Amino acid sequence: MEFTFSSKAKSFSLILIAIGIVSLAINYFTDHSDHHNMFWANLLFNSFFFFSIAVGALFFMVLSYATEAAWTVLIKRVLEAIIQFLLPSSIILFIVFLAGTFGLHHIYHWMDPEVFIKGSPAYDEIIANKEAYLNIPFFWVRSIVYVGVFYIFARLYRKRSLKEDAEGGTKIHIKNYKQSAIFLILFAVFSSTLSWDWIMSIDTHWYSTLFGWYVFSGMWLSAITTTMLIILYLKSKGYMPEVNKSHLQDLGKWMFALSFLWSYLWFSQFMLIWYADIPEEVTYFVNRIENYQFLFFFTFAINFVTPMLILMSRDSKRNKKYLAVMSFVILFGHWLDAYLLVNPGVLYDHGHLSWVHFGTLLGFVGLFIFVVFRALAKAPLVPVHHPYKDESIHHQI
Amino acid sequence: MADKVFYALYDDDDILKDAASELVAKGIRVNDVFSPFPIHGIDPIIGVKKTRLAIVAFIFGATGLILALVGMRYFMIVDWPMNIGGKPNKTLMQNVLAFIPITFEFTVLLAAHGMSLTYLIRNKTLPGMPATNPDPRTTDDHFSMKILLSENTQFSSDEVEGMLNASGLVELNQKDI
Repeated sequence: MEFTFSSKAKSFSLILIAIGIVSLAINYFTDHSDHHNMFWANLLFNSFFFFSIAVGALFFMVLSYATEAAWTVLIKRVLEAIIQFLLPSSIILFIVFLAGTFGLHHIYHWMDPEVFIKGSPAYDEIIANKEAYLNIPFFWVRSIVYVGVFYIFARLYRKRSLKEDAEGGTKIHIKNYKQSAIFLILFAVFSSTLSWDWIMSIDTHWYSTLFGWYVFSGMWLSAITTTMLIILYLKSKGYMPEVNKSHLQDLGKWMFALSFLWSYLWFSQFMLIWYADIPEEVTYFVNRIENYQFLFFFTFAINFVTPMLILMSRDSKRNKKYLAVMSFVILFGHWLDAYLLVNPGVLYDHGHLSWVHFGTLLGFVGLFIFVVFRALAKAPLVPVHHPYKDESIHHQI
Repeated sequence: MADKVFYALYDDDDILKDAASELVAKGIRVNDVFSPFPIHGIDPIIGVKKTRLAIVAFIFGATGLILALVGMRYFMIVDWPMNIGGKPNKTLMQNVLAFIPITFEFTVLLAAHGMSLTYLIRNKTLPGMPATNPDPRTTDDHFSMKILLSENTQFSSDEVEGMLNASGLVELNQKDI
């Protein structure tokens, strides 16, 4: 069954994009922080949040190839459509990095060349010691490699997936299976290093070895939750009748389990630093707890307690209303988490969650709907040929 | 009251599944099925009730959580206050973060062991308990369906026997109990 991007949905997404652009403009002109840092931090965390959804979907799709999972065949096209947002979100991310490189904002303190020069008033010994890794040329090489590799793999997988629709057989499937191993190795490294480069380096003095995993678990969870929301939307419109309650329950299980993974990593990072109480390590949490106390603990509470209590039982994982509400709650919680990853390190005690952040979020949602739904409309919602298609249709747990 | 039990033996799980759905459609209540491996989709056919093991797991887990916190409060704060790494040790709230890993482990420990034990006791399969399967062949390559006459009072013994014989079985054993 082909999906059509209705003109109603299209104009809805365009209105959202307009709201986003207006919010960003208002944010830029009313932002009196140093170098418009608040505006750039807003753009950075929103684009990073949506980038992580796209990358998480890519990871999950490749993971299901690598494990030869059968039940994901029916939802594969939704994942592929979400992955199409990789390019728009990384373009916006790169705009933020480019502005930083030319000194338009001070989100990345280490991008200021003065901190590396001995004797200059801005000289910072701790950052200067990290110069071999944290310098602008190497940063750009890494960023382009991450996005380039993700994008090339995404393109090739999508191309082969459409080719498989026309040809059938198992040749393409085996090729996907083999390539997935290469991607997963690259992703294991890149998901960690990209979160160091793009997010952890905002708090330049601070480091945490767990950080990459922590960000990665959020990526994965956001991607699964977005997939769930899109599938629920499509099902409510009468598409994808093949997707049955077992598929929904499996996705619900992922939402439940990954919420735990995220909470586990959040707590591990927090507890070890709290226990050791070493000055250079606690700065990250001191800043967040003193200046963003409510948000910081509220984020943990809604991302851990609500999925645990509500998604634990089998019945709630099979109930579309529960799943839809929980998807919104989890996505909102992880958007707040992305806010807390970026903003406290940029604005310290001047930052607060304001309506422009929500406006920008709506703009990104609009762009996301526009890109993803257009991609959904380009191919049959359920793959025509796939070696495991039959098994996925009869998926029952 | 005199009762009669039928054990219908099949050599294929699909035949048994089809036979079971046919019999249930005719109004027969199947008491149990014995199989060397789980037969996918047999539970809704013969009307096995949904497991309540999850509730047991939750209760055991909650017990573990509370026991661990109460225990550690007593050991580490009340009975013999400990100062580890300069952490305050006056109240539970100030220390609770340090106790979470052990609390978590203890919750999992109690939930897992409690579930296993409940499962074994409920199925009467604790080590050393007598086997309840009617035919040793159901642990090898045969599948057995158990039907009690007292649960199917609307049918006579001969009617049940006739229906079973028409369902593609390989052997039928009857026993008066």
